[in-house]
Amino acid sequence: MTSVPTATAPSAPDAAPPAVGPIGTGSRGTRILGLVALVGIAVATYLALVSSPPDENMGDSVRIIYIHVPIVVVAYVGCLITTLGSVMVLWKKSVWWDVTAAASAEIAMVTTALTLVIGMAWARPTWGVWWVWDARLTSTAMLLLLLLGYLAVRRIPAETSTRSRRAAIVGVLLLPNVIVVNRSVTWWRSLHQDTTILNTLQPKIHDQMAFALYFAIPVALVIFAWLLVHRWRLAWMEQQLEDRELDQAISDRRAEAAGERAEDGQR
Amino acid sequence: MFRDALLVAGKDLRIELRSRIGVNQILPFAFLVLLLFAFALDPDSGVLDRATPGLFWLAVLFSALLAIQRAFAIEAADGNRDGLRLSGLDPAGIYLGKMTAIFTQLAVLELVLGIGVLVLYSSHVTGWALMVATCVAATAGIAAAGTLYGVVAAGLRVRETLLPLLLLPVLSPVLIGSVRAFEAARNGNPGEGWPWVGLLAVFAVAYTIFGAFGFGPLLEES
Repeated sequence: MTSVPTATAPSAPDAAPPAVGPIGTGSRGTRILGLVALVGIAVATYLALVSSPPDENMGDSVRIIYIHVPIVVVAYVGCLITTLGSVMVLWKKSVWWDVTAAASAEIAMVTTALTLVIGMAWARPTWGVWWVWDARLTSTAMLLLLLLGYLAVRRIPAETSTRSRRAAIVGVLLLPNVIVVNRSVTWWRSLHQDTTILNTLQPKIHDQMAFALYFAIPVALVIFAWLLVHRWRLAWMEQQLEDRELDQAISDRRAEAAGERAEDGQR
Repeated sequence: MFRDALLVAGKDLRIELRSRIGVNQILPFAFLVLLLFAFALDPDSGVLDRATPGLFWLAVLFSALLAIQRAFAIEAADGNRDGLRLSGLDPAGIYLGKMTAIFTQLAVLELVLGIGVLVLYSSHVTGWALMVATCVAATAGIAAAGTLYGVVAAGLRVRETLLPLLLLPVLSPVLIGSVRAFEAARNGNPGEGWPWVGLLAVFAVAYTIFGAFGFGPLLEES
């Protein structure tokens, strides 16, 4: 039994050094980014709720557009980054891009779900129903499902390399699939109303409404960047922790084996 | 590459012929789905006849899930995956071979299901050329995407639940296209159906090309 302390000694240096890098996910850069986002949200809220006029036809429910459109933009940017990241994973075997693709897909999934919920909240007073089988709505629902599929692959119980390789294949196809689904659904429902976003961007709408919308989109992108950086750092630390735990387990097992050998020697 | 594809397709089809899993389990399942649709939608109301294109392709999609899972289950046993990697066959060839095998099985399944639909739902059929073209293009699309997503899910503990979630949203354009084309054939204006066949063909070709390139990295791992 006396041999046990000496046998565990080699593993002690592994456990001793404190975690490398920052413990939290914040940094000076992200704090500034967060501050910009907070100010942006305050100004955008004022523009959307106070300074812009109600719509002639839709009344105050038009104000939903100031949050709806920016969130959709974030969802699309998120998908784009996921596909881009997946290409880089397959091409360069980049871990950095792998973590980026995963973080971006999570944000895209949440914003797509929010898009649907907010869109439905707008549809109820405007169209009188929560849901219509419109091309835009249907393909957004399909986008949500595609993202859920991608995230399901990200969570499969397998080795990191297996998981990231398979997730990358699904991720590369994410954007093409979104486009194909969108095209086919649009063909399927070609009788429905024109795209809402382009209508709102046409100059016929009130200047202040356009300004509120144009202001809210970059604000949403700043929030997206802030979320992405934090989620990225969290995922990075998760991965480091996993590696560290594996190293720890291996060194523990080695120490155990050395202890057993030492005990055999004593006998 | 094509010689490798034929080898793999021949192997898979021989396994299916001898094990008869397809004939004994997947075909009866497809038939069962037809009966279940009849239970769900009153057969006397004429809904079945009107909804035949949609029901037919839904039955095909659900059966295709089983066929794809089966195609990769036979590679999971006895370290066959390693055997395939060591065999020196071209990964693109393996992909095309597995795709061809799935395509052949689905084509047989569609033939039997088609007869079942004609008999059971007393559906009217016109526009044979359009229907055959739709079947070929749609089945190629299902087989191409199915083989790719099948190997993504293959060998995992969660494969049975993961494959439908991954594959069915991707195949939704195929479902839309094939159902619209069948409806056009059924309503006697095939001119409306041919653009959909074009969409199905583009889908199938795009997935086949991507699958042939993407199969290598997926096979190398683990």
